[in-house]
Amino acid sequence: MWGIIRQKVAAGGGSPVARIRPVVSNLRNYSSAVKQMMVREALNSALDEEMSADPKVFLMGEEVGEYQGAYKISKGLLEKYGPERVLDTPITEAGFTGIGVGAAYYGLKPVVEFMTFNFSMQAIDHIINSAAKSNYMSSGQISVPIVFRGPNGAAAGVGAQHSHCYAAWYASVPGLKVLSPYSSEDARGLLKAAIRDPDPVVFLENELLYGESFPVSAEVLDSSFCLPIGKAKIEREGKDVTITAFSKIVGLSLKAAEILAKEGISAEVINLRSIRPLDRSTINASVRKTNRLVTVEEGFPQHGVGAEICASVIEESFGYLDAPVERIAGADVPMPYAANLERMAVPQVLCFLYDSSIDGCYKFLVY
Amino acid sequence: MILGRSFEDMCAQMYYRGKMFGFVHLYNGQEAVSTGFIKLLKKEDSVVSTYRDHVHALSKGVPARAVMSELFGKATGCCRGQGGSMHMFSKEHNLLGGFAFIGEGIPVATGAAFTSKYRREVLKEADCDHVTLAFFGDGTCNNGQFFECLNMAALWKLPIVFVVENNLWAIGMSHLRATSDPQIYKKGPAFGMPGFHVDGMDVLKVREVAKEAIERARRGEGPTLVECETYRFRGHSLADPDELRDPAEKARYAARDPITALKKYLIESSLASEAELKAIEKKIDEVVEDAVEFADESAPPPRSQLLENVFADPKGFGIGPDGRYRCEDPKFTEGTAHV
Repeated sequence: MWGIIRQKVAAGGGSPVARIRPVVSNLRNYSSAVKQMMVREALNSALDEEMSADPKVFLMGEEVGEYQGAYKISKGLLEKYGPERVLDTPITEAGFTGIGVGAAYYGLKPVVEFMTFNFSMQAIDHIINSAAKSNYMSSGQISVPIVFRGPNGAAAGVGAQHSHCYAAWYASVPGLKVLSPYSSEDARGLLKAAIRDPDPVVFLENELLYGESFPVSAEVLDSSFCLPIGKAKIEREGKDVTITAFSKIVGLSLKAAEILAKEGISAEVINLRSIRPLDRSTINASVRKTNRLVTVEEGFPQHGVGAEICASVIEESFGYLDAPVERIAGADVPMPYAANLERMAVPQVLCFLYDSSIDGCYKFLVY
Repeated sequence: MILGRSFEDMCAQMYYRGKMFGFVHLYNGQEAVSTGFIKLLKKEDSVVSTYRDHVHALSKGVPARAVMSELFGKATGCCRGQGGSMHMFSKEHNLLGGFAFIGEGIPVATGAAFTSKYRREVLKEADCDHVTLAFFGDGTCNNGQFFECLNMAALWKLPIVFVVENNLWAIGMSHLRATSDPQIYKKGPAFGMPGFHVDGMDVLKVREVAKEAIERARRGEGPTLVECETYRFRGHSLADPDELRDPAEKARYAARDPITALKKYLIESSLASEAELKAIEKKIDEVVEDAVEFADESAPPPRSQLLENVFADPKGFGIGPDGRYRCEDPKFTEGTAHV
């Protein structure tokens, strides 16, 4: 069912795709999307191309080499680049993250993979204190061109300690850039931009998206394809309500938008892509057009990404709002294990409710 | 060593006069370790330290003026006032910082050593034999990151020397109360690297051991763990009342002051005369006085500096200096390989 909806959305969302992407090669025509690419392949190809372009880029993490990657993202890289550039590390997050940061201080460009971002908590001291703050503390002398990547957020049935979403945690730190791709195009473009960026980037992927296929154009497959950091993408244009989302939730939002369209409500879905820096101008422009905002995320509600977006919109576009802003987030509990409870703890699109008693306030029922 | 001692004493004075603030950790008594090790390094070798890093910075070659201004929080400091006492960075002198968290610097030092090896083997810069020194204390030797790095450094044979400045006290926690096996140098062989114990109050002995360890790393034979038994004469920081340490112990170590010991040695072996040593001390006093004057007269950072340098990108957001997105600039992706 997912696959069918996705294709419908992709065909319908063909034109917005062309509008927002910066023209990298101005002579290339945007050919209609034909090739399907899995997010996993997109990440693999991005890593492959960046590693072959710049010998200073290397990958380190648990099981990235001989195991071909815990989620097979780094498949084939060990054979191609050898054990000196694709390093299997012992289970020492704090240690190897620090080693990555030290290598970045000294001129290399590490890509540090966390098996999931939950494990990054063992290394969070290095991500924040040694990487994010160093450029500031050394007053520009030492920059840290490092990328921390890995799956973030809930997977299926993995329990409380493996399902935490860290977008809000890392996005609150000045000195870090936080990116979260949704489709294969996002994954490729943003990972390439992240690896080339001279600053520490936290790259939040999603395990359940790895196996999803998305249509990609020839432009995306080009090895110099890159997406701007700090720009959101309007996945679906609309005029009645703005829905902001990132990562897997973009898929749910597009599905919801389809359902809403049948009811005559045209929803604009924004794929944030970049959590820090947040593309406040796109979000505000959209809200000024539609006058209503719903932010959706998978993480915990208090102090989440949605909270920041809502505050930003209220600060900047208060006069344009026709209804209170609405936040939809995961349930405020550690993720339960039972399948039915887990379904209840994460936003789902099973039905929505148009609440006519509150004039024009569109509500999603989260099941 | 004299520079280190006078500098630290001056820091204490300035702190009590209110010119320096926050956390200041002084190095009095441990100068032999810093001098013994760092003076053997080349400019390209790097040093990673802890919050007790003023003297490491001075030994590595950062000018006293820059360090003093940094401590005063002025714009002429080595980090333009943005780092402070605990975060001395200098790209020019390859001082990769002062880290406030215990054990935080060790993986970073291991990473810098990894870069030397990577440069030599993967990037084929054949003459890159840079060594990294990681300085840390006895308290750190119980921290997980220390063991993680001993493991990885030995596993990958990285050119690093782990220098433990064992001054027996971690603020008020005695090393003997905190550690199951207090002999730190023994922990090296458990990971497959040699471990040495040296009298950290004698600069010549430290230098001998340091020479061996650094040469070993330069040759590519891997890491070494060196435990220097030393002592800090002052408290942990200038805010520490230092009540838990036994005065008899302090007196015992004061008698082994590295500077007095070296003076005695030089005079007895006729390598220098009293007058020459006095002249050196006077010169150092002048340098430190000059540093204080310079720092006093320097301006504090301008208001515009608050938001600078958060990112290496001049405007953050992947925007280049010409104001356009970097990825739109065709030159940005020049040289990307087709795979």
